[in-house]
Amino acid sequence: MTAYTPRQWRRYTLRTILYVALIVMTLIFLLPIYLVVITSVKNPADIKLATAWLPPTQIYWESFQEVLVVFGPRLRNSVALVIGATAISSILGSINGYVLSKWRIPGEKILFPLMLFGMFIPYQAILIPLFDFMRSIGLYGGIPGLILIHVVYGLPITTLIFRNFYVDIPDEMLEAAAIDGADFFSIYTNVVFPLSIPGFVVVIIWQFTQIWNEFLFGVTMTANDSQPITVGLAQLAGGEAVKWNLPMAGAIVAALPPLLIYIILGRYFIRGLLAGSVKG
Amino acid sequence: MRSQRDRTIAFLMLLPSLALLGLFVYGFIMQAIGTSMSDWGTNPAQPPLAINVVKSFVGFENYHNIMTDLLEFSFRNSLINTFFFTVFFVAGCLGVGLFLALLLDQNVMGEGLFRTIFLFPMALSFVVTGTIWRWMLQPGGGINTLPTAIGLPPITFGWINSREVAFGFEWADVPRILTVVGVAILSILALRFALSGRRRALMVVGGIAALLIVLFVAGFWNLIWLPLDTPEAEASIAPKGFNLALIGVIIAAVWQMSGYTMAMFIAGIRGVSEELREASRVDGCNELQMYRYIILPQLTPIFLSAMIILGHISLKIFDLVFAMAGPDNAQTVVPGLLVYTEGFRENSFAKASAIAVIMLFGVAIIIVPYLWSQFREASRADR
Repeated sequence: MTAYTPRQWRRYTLRTILYVALIVMTLIFLLPIYLVVITSVKNPADIKLATAWLPPTQIYWESFQEVLVVFGPRLRNSVALVIGATAISSILGSINGYVLSKWRIPGEKILFPLMLFGMFIPYQAILIPLFDFMRSIGLYGGIPGLILIHVVYGLPITTLIFRNFYVDIPDEMLEAAAIDGADFFSIYTNVVFPLSIPGFVVVIIWQFTQIWNEFLFGVTMTANDSQPITVGLAQLAGGEAVKWNLPMAGAIVAALPPLLIYIILGRYFIRGLLAGSVKG
Repeated sequence: MRSQRDRTIAFLMLLPSLALLGLFVYGFIMQAIGTSMSDWGTNPAQPPLAINVVKSFVGFENYHNIMTDLLEFSFRNSLINTFFFTVFFVAGCLGVGLFLALLLDQNVMGEGLFRTIFLFPMALSFVVTGTIWRWMLQPGGGINTLPTAIGLPPITFGWINSREVAFGFEWADVPRILTVVGVAILSILALRFALSGRRRALMVVGGIAALLIVLFVAGFWNLIWLPLDTPEAEASIAPKGFNLALIGVIIAAVWQMSGYTMAMFIAGIRGVSEELREASRVDGCNELQMYRYIILPQLTPIFLSAMIILGHISLKIFDLVFAMAGPDNAQTVVPGLLVYTEGFRENSFAKASAIAVIMLFGVAIIIVPYLWSQFREASRADR
């Protein structure tokens, strides 16, 4: 047996307290996930408040089948919405970021903050005029309209991330290309775009997660057959007499795509997250 | 050399985005302000969704109504709910986030895994979080039954359906309370500035405090915080205070967002150089003193950013409450929900717009100075 000095004892105790604290916090953070998962694979007849924490005696997958039937069209809507809106807002954001970081634009010191303000506003403030406008141009209620909305309100953050990303590209590289006769577009395609891949990863992940998870526009700007998945989940879980296996299975299905992206590409996700706290 | 032609092309490429944001943000805000001063949807003679609906200008009537009319007490309660939600949500996220960041700064084994776990709720939709926590906080189950696992009696608190109100106060007293609290905070600041000899800061703080007192004495707040039409009736049907049913929503929101503050704090702590830490140790600081005197002061700007980001999120909160407590729960009503129910279910577009404009105003008060300071800093750094 080794004898510990008081100093070593102190260190040992502090380390133990540290890890106990970390494990307790981990349990608190994961507790809801445990409850969701076991509830989603329980036979609805076995779901009772008093025994909610007990694991199921038998795995019951039918809730997921049922949820997928209910969610089917909405999953397709969300996929179409996310792909369309993410692609367009990333490309526009990249071009905007290129212009704002590498070209002198008259009044850019005012224009850029004015653009950014658009990502902080409560969307409730523009909801009724937006509703009016979408109706008047005939895009209210469908996926194309929703894509347009998400593209426009996604522009501030995509522009911001790309602009801050491009600021780090040395101007000399662009000047060199310009001396070789490259114009606005060929500088972009030959110099800027090839260096943009990490920027695109950050922006695409960010937009994907945001749009997939979005609810306000989804619930106010869609007709019944064009609703995204979050609205489907809210309907499934709303109401008084809820069978909890379905909302829990639904929550898992709705959470899975962004969650997988987060787990696989977490580093890029965090970069997008921290980019939201500006730094012009 | 980049030519004038290319500069023009650059501007033209930016133009579509500028035009879209100009219309969808500023154009629509103007329109919302206009609608909030009309009778669209509140005039029974005009069906709100008719193609040729006539909207008349009514000035501030809608604002006046939501501030004074007994029938509109939900709006007043939503303001109070937002206030308490913001205070506890921001404090909770800052506290938990800082705690987690400090834990993870101790050369922890498996740090990446812990970070992933504390941050994963950020990847979820508020609707998913709301659905999950609604089940977690069921009165007769969920975390209320957890103590029984170790032989204790169950908790009986109604996390999202309690009807109790704490810190009760009268609606008419709000300007007085805010003035007293504001002057108290400013006095403490003034004292600190006086002790550290910062004359200019002392003058500014003292000036603001004096202005608050003058505005209060002159009765200025009566122009904004209008007296209720029927204060007694309102106090009995919609008492003002902290609705305890919000606690459940606050817990869920902190669970979801504290990983975000943790990530911000970790980035900030890592920004404190190892040399500075080493120097403090050489000067005889123990670990605790090092955090207190070296690292925490360096995190002040991050505290501020986090408070602003979280604060403006809580002013806009909508989906979480919708999924947890439903859109019609009087105890947990927030302005974001009222815009939805008044505008998209009742078609009271003018009233909903007035509420939305007030929301926008609240967010702008926080965000505009923030953006302004960020850009001032950035252009200073350029020089």
